[in-house]
Amino acid sequence: MNTLRTPLSRVKGLGSAKDGTDHFWVQRLTAIALAPLCLWFCFSLASLPSMDYAEFTQWLSSPFRAVMMLLVILVAFYHAALGLQVVIEDYVSDHALRTGGIIAVKMLCAFLAVTGVFSILKIALTATTGN
Amino acid sequence: MAWNDKRPMSPHLQVYKLPLTALLSISHRASGVINSIGALFLVVVLAKAAGGEESFSFASNLLSSWFGYLVLFGFSFALYFHFCTGIRHLLSDTGIGLELEEANKSARIALIAAAVLTVLTWIIALSAG
Repeated sequence: MNTLRTPLSRVKGLGSAKDGTDHFWVQRLTAIALAPLCLWFCFSLASLPSMDYAEFTQWLSSPFRAVMMLLVILVAFYHAALGLQVVIEDYVSDHALRTGGIIAVKMLCAFLAVTGVFSILKIALTATTGN
Repeated sequence: MAWNDKRPMSPHLQVYKLPLTALLSISHRASGVINSIGALFLVVVLAKAAGGEESFSFASNLLSSWFGYLVLFGFSFALYFHFCTGIRHLLSDTGIGLELEEANKSARIALIAAAVLTVLTWIIALSAG
């Protein structure tokens, strides 16, 4: 075989970027997961009579809705972090700015996801149980 | 001096009219960025709700105002647009509908589906409360 790549590198199949097709694949997996979550989220919220405090917290106090909302937040921010990373990689050519931007996006997404999870749990575990 | 080179020029973004498929491709990306901002607002609303009734009242009032409805309408369309064009891209990943005619057709279907889902959601939202 006329190649400069080592046999180990070839058998690992991870390419020069060292993470193979992982980014591509997880972006698609989270997209598939988000499709039903997204429809549930929109239609469930749309059918709320109003957005006042009692109504909203009552809505979120149902275990099923709380679990679905946790999934919405976690999967959405995972998907967003991957997507925003690609946008930065494509349009920011300055190396330092690009790396810094990607790190900032990932940390911001992690912060927002954890804030969302904590908020959902706090509401779901303290509000009076809905149905 | 007149331009006499008959070879096709590379698409120059400021004068080149993007075909529908290209327009949808870049809009898919743009709507993804808008959805990220929407997700940020969702977390703000959740955090405000977790902070109690007083902290939620501002978010609640804003969400019930005409301006809030306008912003929510925009976010809902961006979400459904990304949803529909995303499913189209997932199908493309498996090699389905890559012929020009099919790609143009699925682009139109995605646009119409996004509009229908948005209107349907708002009919439910406005009739519920």
